[in-house]
Amino acid sequence: MIDLLLLLFLVVCAVVVVQMKDLLSAVIMLGAYSLIMAVVWTRLNAVDVAFTEASVGAGITTMLLIAALSRTKRGEASNNTSDKRLKSSRHQVPALILVLITGAVLIYGTIDMPNFGDPNAPANLHVAPRYIEKSYKETGVVNFVTAVLASYRGYDTLGETTVIFTAGICVVLLLRKNDGASGRKSQR
Amino acid sequence: MTVPGRDRTTRGHIVGEHVIGRTVAKLLIPFIQLYGFYVIAHGELGPGGGFQGGVILGASIILYTLAFDIEAARKRLSQKVSDLLSSTGVLIYGGIGLLCIAAGGAYLEYGKLPLGDAAFASHLGIYGIEIGVGITVAAVMITIFFETARREDA
Repeated sequence: MIDLLLLLFLVVCAVVVVQMKDLLSAVIMLGAYSLIMAVVWTRLNAVDVAFTEASVGAGITTMLLIAALSRTKRGEASNNTSDKRLKSSRHQVPALILVLITGAVLIYGTIDMPNFGDPNAPANLHVAPRYIEKSYKETGVVNFVTAVLASYRGYDTLGETTVIFTAGICVVLLLRKNDGASGRKSQR
Repeated sequence: MTVPGRDRTTRGHIVGEHVIGRTVAKLLIPFIQLYGFYVIAHGELGPGGGFQGGVILGASIILYTLAFDIEAARKRLSQKVSDLLSSTGVLIYGGIGLLCIAAGGAYLEYGKLPLGDAAFASHLGIYGIEIGVGITVAAVMITIFFETARREDA
């Protein structure tokens, strides 16, 4: 029951984000969407994912988007030609049909999937038993999500950290001005 | 940092008058940072880890920036320091991997580190890389925020 309510709220949030003309409100709604998603992850017993969703999705992404908004205008541009063209019914009907077909195919695809938490599901038979049974002995770490991330998939996490570092470098290269090398504003 | 949509000429003064915001931020930031360190340190015991803890640490500095202003925040954490920290974290991660090779194992094979038995060495190795991830994530989040929110006309 609560799961259905959460999913319904999630869909409402997503629709509101798309419909919103005020971009700041849209960003805040996106944060709310992430927070609900975090609750959904918790309901699925994926606490590590929920934690990441809450801190990254609802927290830092919202902040970075607001920072990006401070460089542009708060409202969505309207009255331009592409906006009008999108609104014409000529494109709306095929778009609706396309979305309905895609949705139907996706739902059809889920019919073949194993039940949630099924111990005989292929995903739970491959490497999961080894992680559950041996990760403490092999890595000395109680939380086996951390054991997988840091030890079994250590290269992935190294790559992930490097990606974040690279993102930081890119932002610095694109946005930082050369005259502020000491970290203070130059007097001009 | 400005609030989007406000008048451009009053920038920098908007946040300056928010006594409540500043006081609450001052009160909260130590606890947020303590929590960030807790999350990094307890990643191997419960949910969390370097990534989430780093984000929380970064968020605490961003909160300071929002409550005060970007110049005040840069005085607390200069550009040089945050740049150094963002590369230090990756170097810690990569360095631990190289130490594992030096100790006779494969890259990132923490069990081979000369720190007692394999499980304990592995535990410490994982602890080390979590700290590295946390430092990089926190510093990069702060850098991205500072560079994006800074005024162009300054």
